[in-house]
Amino acid sequence: MSQHQSITMPEDVVILATDLTKTYGDFTAVDHISFEVKKGEIFGFLGANGAGKTTAMRMLCGLSKSSSGQAWVAGFDINHQSEQIKKRIGYMSQRFALYEDLQVWENIRLYAGIYGVPEREIGPKTDALLHRLGFEREKNSLVKSLPLGWKQKLSFSVAIFHNPSIVFLDEPTGGVDPATRRQFWELIYQAADRGITVFVTTHYMDEAEYCDRVSIMVDGRIDALDSPGNLKKKFGAKNMDEVFHQLARGASRKG
Amino acid sequence: MEKMNVQKAAANWKFFMAFVRKEFHHIFRDKTSMLILLVMPILMLVLFGYALNTEVKNSKIAVYDPSRDEITRAMVEKLQINNYFILKKVLNSASEAEKAFQSGEVSMVIVFSDHFYENLSHGGYAQIQLLADGSDPNTASIITTYATTILSSYQMELMKTGKIPYQITPEIKLLYNPSMVAAYNFVPGVMGMILLLICAMMTSVSITKEKERGTMEVLLVSPMKPLYVILSKAVPYFFLSLVNLATILLIAHFIMHVPIAGSLFWLIVISLVYIFVCLTLGLLISTIVDTQMAALLISAIGLMMPVMLMSGMMFPIENMPVYIRWIAEIIPARWYIEAIRKLMIMGLGFSAVIKEFAILTGMGVVLIVISLRKFKIRLE
Repeated sequence: MSQHQSITMPEDVVILATDLTKTYGDFTAVDHISFEVKKGEIFGFLGANGAGKTTAMRMLCGLSKSSSGQAWVAGFDINHQSEQIKKRIGYMSQRFALYEDLQVWENIRLYAGIYGVPEREIGPKTDALLHRLGFEREKNSLVKSLPLGWKQKLSFSVAIFHNPSIVFLDEPTGGVDPATRRQFWELIYQAADRGITVFVTTHYMDEAEYCDRVSIMVDGRIDALDSPGNLKKKFGAKNMDEVFHQLARGASRKG
Repeated sequence: MEKMNVQKAAANWKFFMAFVRKEFHHIFRDKTSMLILLVMPILMLVLFGYALNTEVKNSKIAVYDPSRDEITRAMVEKLQINNYFILKKVLNSASEAEKAFQSGEVSMVIVFSDHFYENLSHGGYAQIQLLADGSDPNTASIITTYATTILSSYQMELMKTGKIPYQITPEIKLLYNPSMVAAYNFVPGVMGMILLLICAMMTSVSITKEKERGTMEVLLVSPMKPLYVILSKAVPYFFLSLVNLATILLIAHFIMHVPIAGSLFWLIVISLVYIFVCLTLGLLISTIVDTQMAALLISAIGLMMPVMLMSGMMFPIENMPVYIRWIAEIIPARWYIEAIRKLMIMGLGFSAVIKEFAILTGMGVVLIVISLRKFKIRLE
């Protein structure tokens, strides 16, 4: 059954896209993008607003069907095996997505249950998680009473609670201060160390520097894909911000 | 393979129950929801049943009775036996009537002719004049109808005892609601409205809330089947509407004395079908719109207004222009209210509501198919 549409991928490739395309009528939101992401990598998916990065990510997560092209996530075909994919990924949306009127532990329990974490593991894992985050005292607090930075950390921890092979983060650090953002990236590094592949979209260029490799989307295409160091060399730029602006200058869609 | 399926079903059931629990948390922790769900139905029932009452009790009357004989005195007494009329004033001349009205003391004046008994027993003819305040035509027509009914029934009594010659009097008889108690008319209507409100509005608002907050997206990325997500949203409102149904029936029956003349069993069965239709309407709305505000507006204007105005709850459908009647035909509440009237007040059996039952069931099936389709399309 699982041979259906599956291909032999190198062991260490967890996401493989070939000519992935999404069109809405005449408008091509994502234009034949091809790339691969390696296991344990922190892969930055950059682009201005409207460049098509969220649409591309939604296709990979099974939220949206591709118009043409193919992609495999965790070894499964996005067009035919999205149910298999859904069990193996975590997702954190750009809108902070915990339930405000549920307590911290109730949120963790709910999502752990959805992802099929065995009942007896949920309790101890929850306590361990809260201990790691230093949130023990907030276990029974309603989520709405937490500061935004805490909510985002909690949201991320919930997204990887079931140990997915890949976690997709859609602009996870919107609206928080740089100090909190750095703490958040600490969590991302910890997850990557555990072998979880991180696929993150962002428009903060300082965050791009933290990634192992980044791709930059312009007008639905991937115009550059390499490690931040190599990209800076190639474009003769001091930082990722300059790289991004050199590429974005040619964009016809303005965010 | 079999065992795996069983395990899978058990796991799915567990997710589902966890979700239903979560929905109850949402409802019980939100004061506004609780208020709408539990207090509003009672408030609406009381409002429609009592405050918007078209029934007139304890109307104050004045009498000008120049003959003061056996019959006229008996007639005034008869009027006061029920609680409809209270004799407030005895007038000394017919011209005082106007003053009594203007001061607002009375809403009806009864004027007997001179030598009332003599005229009646000899000539077989005597006059009574009922004067009512026409500035409130509804009340005026209701109380004069009451008075006429009471007076003519007294006349019938007199005929039987043979005191006066045979005389034909027009008889007004109101079927099913002989004392014209307004609550009878409003209770089925209020039931239709409250169930729609709870099921359609609350369900659509709670689903769009998840869309607005971004939690719906996270749920759709999860292995949880979209169908379960949606069903788990509907379950709590299903139970709450059962609570409301029970509350309304209890209040209506024991406090407002509305009879449950027909079969309680079929009353509940057809209510369940109607609740299902309302839930699917809520699901449909939530697949069309993305914000709570839009869901609220569509439920209020698109569902509640037609129900109030066109379901026959307030205005009889027979009196509507043809094209409005066509629209009325597709309003589920119209059929539900009709069925409830038949079952509850007229006391008819199930065979009388087969048509309504079939139409509601059909509507439910069509709506669930459309909303499930629409929900799927959204994901593509």
